[in-house]
Amino acid sequence: MATQHSRSAARIMMAPAVILLLGWMLVPLLMTLWFSFKKYLPLRGGDLGWVGFDNYVRFISSSSFWPSIQATLIIVGGVLAITIIFGVLLAILLNQPMWGQGIVRILVIAPFFVMPTVSALVWKNMFMDPVNGLFAHLWKFFGAEPISWLSEASLQSIILIVSWQWLPFATLILLTAIQSLDSEQLEAAEMDGASPLSRFGYITLPHLSRAITVVLLIQTIFLLSIFAEIFVTTQGAFGTKTLTYLIYQRVLESQNVGLGSAGGVYAIILANIVAIFLMRIVGKNLDA
Amino acid sequence: MGQIKLESVTKSFGPVEVIPPLDLTIEDGEFTVFVGPSGCGKSTLLRLIAGLEDITSGKISIDGQDATHVPPAKRGLAMVFQSYALYPHMSVRKNIAFPMKMAGVPVEEQNRRIEAAAAALNLTDYLDRRPGQLSGGQRQRVAIGRAIVREPGAFLFDEPLSNLDAALRVGMRLEISELHKRLKTTMIYVTHDQVEAMTMADKIVVLQAGVIEQVGSPLELYRAPRNVFVAGFIGSPKMNLLTGPEAAKHNAHTIGTRPEHIAISQTEGTWSGTIGVSEHLGSDTFFHVKCDGFDDPLTVRAGGEVALKYGDKVFLTPDLTQLHRFDAQGLRIA
Ligand SMILES: Nc1ncnc2c1ncn2[C@@H]1O[C@H](COP(=O)(O)OP(=O)(O)OP(=O)(O)O)[C@@H](O)[C@H]1O
Ligand SMILES: [Mg+2]
Repeated sequence: MATQHSRSAARIMMAPAVILLLGWMLVPLLMTLWFSFKKYLPLRGGDLGWVGFDNYVRFISSSSFWPSIQATLIIVGGVLAITIIFGVLLAILLNQPMWGQGIVRILVIAPFFVMPTVSALVWKNMFMDPVNGLFAHLWKFFGAEPISWLSEASLQSIILIVSWQWLPFATLILLTAIQSLDSEQLEAAEMDGASPLSRFGYITLPHLSRAITVVLLIQTIFLLSIFAEIFVTTQGAFGTKTLTYLIYQRVLESQNVGLGSAGGVYAIILANIVAIFLMRIVGKNLDA
Repeated sequence: MGQIKLESVTKSFGPVEVIPPLDLTIEDGEFTVFVGPSGCGKSTLLRLIAGLEDITSGKISIDGQDATHVPPAKRGLAMVFQSYALYPHMSVRKNIAFPMKMAGVPVEEQNRRIEAAAAALNLTDYLDRRPGQLSGGQRQRVAIGRAIVREPGAFLFDEPLSNLDAALRVGMRLEISELHKRLKTTMIYVTHDQVEAMTMADKIVVLQAGVIEQVGSPLELYRAPRNVFVAGFIGSPKMNLLTGPEAAKHNAHTIGTRPEHIAISQTEGTWSGTIGVSEHLGSDTFFHVKCDGFDDPLTVRAGGEVALKYGDKVFLTPDLTQLHRFDAQGLRIA
């Protein structure tokens, strides 16, 4: 986009997509805002008129609010840490020439194709079940007392399940980034006396920084709204009630659309705070 | 510091033998150039010396010490890559400092050497830029700077100038030659540009398909090529090679005569022909002359201001004292 001309051409060509996306975003946003100022109880009288900031005050003063923010941030942070650390390691591993590379790569990517509901159910029933789960058998094999994962280590279990789903995504993006690393750079570093660890730290990791940023941003967007994994496992019990789940409960279990909408607005604010933080920390990696 | 010796070194990639057994000694302080056509194994040989590839069999010694299994960093060699291989996220200063940082050189000493290298290579103004903000020639100098500060036993260059334009190439060629005169360090330089080979080398190694065809000083190779391949490869433009009855007259299978050793005349000579394409370089003119009875046109060098043109009838006379004769195996007949 060097010249004036190409810049304005680019703007015109992007306009349809931008307008469509804007409409897509604005309509639900405005409806959420609209309902958030109303007392709206579909099964108990319907639209009961304007109530000002009542819903906002009630949502935030509920005893579930701050724990839900905390649970959300722990899950997002935990999954990001696990997927990026293991994603980098897996990408490096998959980039080594080895026998059966093609099949291994497909296997690594496979979890991404499994629906969240299905994978969460499989984890819940096949692995984490305290009686019949594989983990329970493993624990018993070593003579230990089986853990009932989803109640005793509920947040960790959910982080594990979600990480398993998102690891392929991170690995895939990081693998393509690693493949674009010029091997002569690594060789030059090797000649310059850099140990494998310093080569990783000084050459590979800086090269990956942009891809890591992309993974971080994209995953954050999706992880802030995870729902199915919680719905089919703990149903929000044992401290796994995220903000998304709390909103769901307010709207569908309590049938209070106004209160839920206010929660939705808080979710938007939370997402923006997180986004601003992330852009502050890693956004500069996307320049140049 | 910097004698490199290869003893029956071979290299295979899977079933393909790229370097058949090869012996070569590079003396301390020598500027050695590897030349050969594309794919003949020049880079592979250099990477074997650097330690970036394992040799399949044989022995490499550096300064009399067996270095066959010594890792690249411990061989005391510095390499300049064709793609420069600068670290894109580091400033020029950090790039140059990197090998010293890895070796744990104290910071003051690092800075002293960086300043010295930058001054020698005209990089002082660019030390805080990233490689992406430099021109090709400047990047090349950074790559050389990164090699110099290590104070290596030998420099390895893999076609370092092939990404530069012609003018810059001539300039960098001189700079590298000067660097060699100043540092007196062994240098091994890979190129397929034989002008670079002729002008820079103390010793040229001509390779073909991994085999050393001849080793010698540029003038030795020019005066007495050991076989037809070297005869055709060294010298610009190429030597004219003739087979058949004309060669038989001189009791040889093939005879060769360089363009600069043929006299051109409009009145008399050994061979007659017509001028085809002529290349005027200002100082010289090269005529491609289609001679009666030969398949290929002969290349002839004449002075810069010769008034001959396309289609003119001319006579050519080879300088018989400079005639090269080769037998049926392509080997030189003394
Ligand atoms: N990693 C490899 N695996 C298999 N074959 C290889 C490998 N590297 C090089 N070769 C082969 O070895 C031969 C020599 O390659 P090399 O790169 O040394 O050529 P070169 O003389 O440097 O050519 P150029 O002038 O084009 O750089 C080529 O035929 C090439 O195909
Ligand atoms: Mg090469």
